[in-house]
Amino acid sequence: MDSSVRGIFREWVRPGVVTAGQGLLTALLSLTTHVALFVLSLASLLLIPVFGVGFALFPVVTAGVRVVAGAHRRLARWGGVELADPYPPAPAGAQFGTWQRFRWVVADPATWRDLAWLLPGAATGGVCLAAFAVPLYGLEGVLGVPLALYAAGVEYGYGPFWPLGNLVQALLCLPLGVLFLFAGLAAGRWLVWLHLAFAGLLLPPTRTAELALRVRELTVTRAETVDAQAAELRRIERDLHDGAQARLVALSMSIGLAEQLVQRDPDAVRRLLAEARESSGQALAELRGLVRGIHPPVLAERGLDGAVRALALAVPLPVEVTVDLPGRPLAPVESAAYFAVAEGLANVTKHSGATRAWIRLGHADGRLTVEVGDDGRGGADPVAGSGLAGVGRRLAAFDGTMVVTSPEGGPTVISMELPCELSSPRTSPSSGTG
Amino acid sequence: MRVVIAEDLALLRDGLIRILEAFGFEVVAAVDNGPSVLPALTAHRPDVAVLDVRLPPTFTDEGLQAAIRARTELPGLPILVLSQHVEQLYARELLTDRQGGVGYLLKDRVSHVEQFVDAVRRVAAGGTVMDPEVVAQLLASRAGAEPLGELTAREREVLGLMAEGRSNAAIAGRLFVTEKAVSKHINNIFSKLRMPPSTDDNRRVLAVLTYLNGDDGRQVPARA
Repeated sequence: MDSSVRGIFREWVRPGVVTAGQGLLTALLSLTTHVALFVLSLASLLLIPVFGVGFALFPVVTAGVRVVAGAHRRLARWGGVELADPYPPAPAGAQFGTWQRFRWVVADPATWRDLAWLLPGAATGGVCLAAFAVPLYGLEGVLGVPLALYAAGVEYGYGPFWPLGNLVQALLCLPLGVLFLFAGLAAGRWLVWLHLAFAGLLLPPTRTAELALRVRELTVTRAETVDAQAAELRRIERDLHDGAQARLVALSMSIGLAEQLVQRDPDAVRRLLAEARESSGQALAELRGLVRGIHPPVLAERGLDGAVRALALAVPLPVEVTVDLPGRPLAPVESAAYFAVAEGLANVTKHSGATRAWIRLGHADGRLTVEVGDDGRGGADPVAGSGLAGVGRRLAAFDGTMVVTSPEGGPTVISMELPCELSSPRTSPSSGTG
Repeated sequence: MRVVIAEDLALLRDGLIRILEAFGFEVVAAVDNGPSVLPALTAHRPDVAVLDVRLPPTFTDEGLQAAIRARTELPGLPILVLSQHVEQLYARELLTDRQGGVGYLLKDRVSHVEQFVDAVRRVAAGGTVMDPEVVAQLLASRAGAEPLGELTAREREVLGLMAEGRSNAAIAGRLFVTEKAVSKHINNIFSKLRMPPSTDDNRRVLAVLTYLNGDDGRQVPARA
């Protein structure tokens, strides 16, 4: 019994509320704004010859259309239907009232598709009101409102009985209400679906617009990648120049001097050689650090699995590592994921005050998933923390995404996803213990 | 003393041979790739092996894998592993069998010829030698752990040198104190870390490294 009640809730009540809400909001939005916006659009287009008033007005009206269309897209998302945004960002300097703004709006096919959609959209959206009204009417009957009013002697009607003539008719309102409620919900679902299916023809970006948006995104991430790489190379150059290179110069000077003194002053030679060894040791240490920053040797040797375990070992708190990768990702993806985990762990040790942390690596639906979590105090902000922001940029170069959830009081979870294929399962045995 | 060497760079291989032979070792085999390491070790049964971690054909961690396999097939075979970089993870793997006769050093350390040769001898004698950088990593990753915080700076220094595999005398020499002072520090360390005291040098090093590796159940990463 209990399970069937819950079943009814899951099957009817919750989706019913969503459908009714969606229907009501869709209808309100469609009925109140569409016609007005359509008329305004048309009027502003007609006003173009009149002192150019239309030039300034049309983009403003279009902005209104886009707000409404955007609201419909959000409503669709609430109902589980994805209608992507088709508008490219406005070019720089294209404020309202400028010629560039007008050109940008007119040249965008989405403007005309939105406009074409307004009136039929008002119709398909308007009838969605039934998705709200009919179930509500049914609810009235189910709750016995007509029955109560009849009993109170008020002249009232319900369904086909108008006014209610006798007690039988008043009692019949209850099953009628049930009928209205369920029929209304079923029909409402269908009406909303019809509205969204029609909106799906015109509201999402065209194939061309989709590609243009994608090109834009790729241009931005590529520029960021190139910048980041150039900065990285400059840093490496500086480190080599000021570090290892300088030390090798000092080393060769010490050796040269020792060569000169070898006959005359063996004690000084011994000192110089000790200095030379010291310099070479420091140069090697610096080179090691540099290599670790470019491509950690353990990543080359053990892959992501081993490298992440090595990272976890170096953290001064217990880190649980779970790796479920049937093969190896491509080297650049591995490297990006490695540095992302390193940054995440650095955040854990520096800011979180956590007592334990975990790392999960997995692969599903062609995406590498990486999660770094801790039980610390939360409040991590990927915008404020330049380290995490850098990780986000680095992942964007691979079409990867990063989501940081870190409520005050914790826990903090950094989830990253990177599209990538895995190479064939590893063939070399993974030996040793963790 | 008979040695087998595995190092792919000819320059370094010749250097190692030169140094070891100058100090009276007999280099019975010097191989330059991963697959020939194990056969060389089985054929020659050397007193000690010196292996580079990264070897052809894959240039990953073949030397280390060979070392671990050799230790299962020839239990107790003393092996000194050299590498351009050191990883706590690898140290942990080398130490798992808790047998002693293991060393893990940065290649840089070869330049301190006498110290390097001493390390090879200690490993051959069943001792455990860890690179100071490994020990520093171990100490850093355990820095927040409760009992370690109770150590004084000097005790921490002694603990580090102990973990590198140095004897009381060597520690005393390094810190310019008497051997008696060192053994007092060591007693304090063992009681603060709640470890059973041990007079045997080799066993003591292993105990310390095991402790630092967190094998007391505190930090056990899951295996996939």
